[in-house]
Amino acid sequence: MNEENAYQQEFQVKGGDFTRAGEVSCEIKNLLKELGLSAPIVRRAAIAAYEAEMNIIMYAWQGRLDLSVTPDRVRIVVEDKGPGIQDVELALSEGYSTATPEMRELGFGAGMGLPNIKKNTDDFRIVSEVGRGTRLEMTFLGNGHKP
Amino acid sequence: MLTLREIKNLLSGELLTPEMNLEMECPRVFASDLMSDVLAFMDPGSILVTGLVNTHVIRTARLADVTAIVFVQGKRPDAMVMNEAKLHNLPIISTSCSMFEACSRISRSFPDGGR
Repeated sequence: MNEENAYQQEFQVKGGDFTRAGEVSCEIKNLLKELGLSAPIVRRAAIAAYEAEMNIIMYAWQGRLDLSVTPDRVRIVVEDKGPGIQDVELALSEGYSTATPEMRELGFGAGMGLPNIKKNTDDFRIVSEVGRGTRLEMTFLGNGHKP
Repeated sequence: MLTLREIKNLLSGELLTPEMNLEMECPRVFASDLMSDVLAFMDPGSILVTGLVNTHVIRTARLADVTAIVFVQGKRPDAMVMNEAKLHNLPIISTSCSMFEACSRISRSFPDGGR
């Protein structure tokens, strides 16, 4: 399988839909397992997808995750329509958060989302435009042994 | 190494998913009410000890490879949370111990404190 015939699937996520939070990431995790990827890459991709999915639910109006899989790498591109991030560098630092008390009561919003995505990916790019939205590109390599 | 049954007994806990296997070995324990920390710092295959009772705990557990969940302070999840746990074969234990007491009892039985 090469880039042209990679397994591809698109997932929609609705902003503010806390009831369904995590369902898309669980679906992605199951798919990756079924496709026969190794346990470490499946876990890393699932955790990063979940952090990205939660960010859409907590902060954006709507978003989508585009999954693309070849035998040696997983790529997830996340695009949302939302308020964007004022200071991306600050948002990437551990502990920085703009979460509301309600989000924190659910166990999230500790300022670990983007840093944790970065930690779990082999390549991570983020572009954000205030008032329009944010785009994340996450790549996980099959032979990578990050945490 | 402790089994889930031994952990349940240490905590005088109640298994809320009675049909599930308690003989699995538990090499690691992670305690937190913050799911962000579970996702960022927990080793796969850990038991999660938490006081947070909502569906996000179950989703986080599924995504981060949690082996079983212990709810402290006598907390019991509602039917929706329990259904999701059962659907995904996730053993759930409830104990009246506080978070501190639960961690203390478990860690005394682990040679390296469990984490």
